Amino acid sequence: MDSMTLIAMASIATAGLTIALGSIGPALGEGRAVATALSSLAQQPDSAATITRTLFVGLAMIESIAIYCFVVSMILIFANPFWNHVIAQAAGK
Amino acid sequence: MRLSSDEMVFWQSGFLKLNGTIVFTWALMLVLALGSMLVTRRLSTGLERSRWQSLLEIIVTSIEQQIEDVGLRQPETYIGFLGTLFLFVALASLCTVIPGYEPPTGSLSTTAALALCVFVAVPFFGIRQQGLGGYLKSYMEPTLVMLPFNIISELSRTLALAVRLFGNMMSGTMIIAILLTITPFIFPIAMSALGLLTGMVQAYIFSILAAVYIASATQARDPKPKPAATG
Repeated sequence: MDSMTLIAMASIATAGLTIALGSIGPALGEGRAVATALSSLAQQPDSAATITRTLFVGLAMIESIAIYCFVVSMILIFANPFWNHVIAQAAGK
Repeated sequence: MRLSSDEMVFWQSGFLKLNGTIVFTWALMLVLALGSMLVTRRLSTGLERSRWQSLLEIIVTSIEQQIEDVGLRQPETYIGFLGTLFLFVALASLCTVIPGYEPPTGSLSTTAALALCVFVAVPFFGIRQQGLGGYLKSYMEPTLVMLPFNIISELSRTLALAVRLFGNMMSGTMIIAILLTITPFIFPIAMSALGLLTGMVQAYIFSILAAVYIASATQARDPKPKPAATG
């Protein structure tokens, strides 16, 4: 196996693993956050505006973890620096 | 497959390159500036108002209300910055209903520029509110030990702002592009409707987070919290 095949295999498999493992944690966290927000909305419907705003900001914070994983996997597939390096070397030969 | 509108080149001459991100940003700036100039050309204070004036009034007053809810006392000081951020990001994602358009916020250069604006604006408003010494003192707020962590958080939240907006916008465009190759009939429409919602939420979150950061920089001195809102 030459290094090009190895890099391609490692990149694709790692991209899949990144988004798969990286979305588990944020999914659990967002579920907990929404469940807690719903129960506090049921208890105190008067402060719905505050709870909703805090919930949205918090969800964005949690979600950004998953977004980081997504960006990393996109970089691995579409803008892989190692892959570009190998291609440049092969072209220079 | 295009990853962002950076690779959509309209005109190129040597080093200078006019890509999709720049063109669409200019178009949005033109629409926002010209639109508000046209609307505010003849404002009325009477009972007769044009419908566009009502629209702008609704937007401005609700942004002011949101800024005030976060804890900034005089929203008119900050609405120039925070309102522009919100309107730009919101319009950038709202315009995705136009065919051929790609949101400029789906490029990391745009979102990094916006996040850098927030990064500069936080010390600017902080120093203006409580002086240079007072602002610098807010870095060692609980104790001196927290100084490096405060500096790191300043940098990391700028990175987070940029990557969050970029990732959301880029993923929306990419999901639609992927779905167009698999099921080109109904599902892309549903996903673009979802993309509109996500874009609005992200615009809201971007400006609210900027407001929260500015609020924490300007009000570190008086530790007494506001009385809890009742109703």
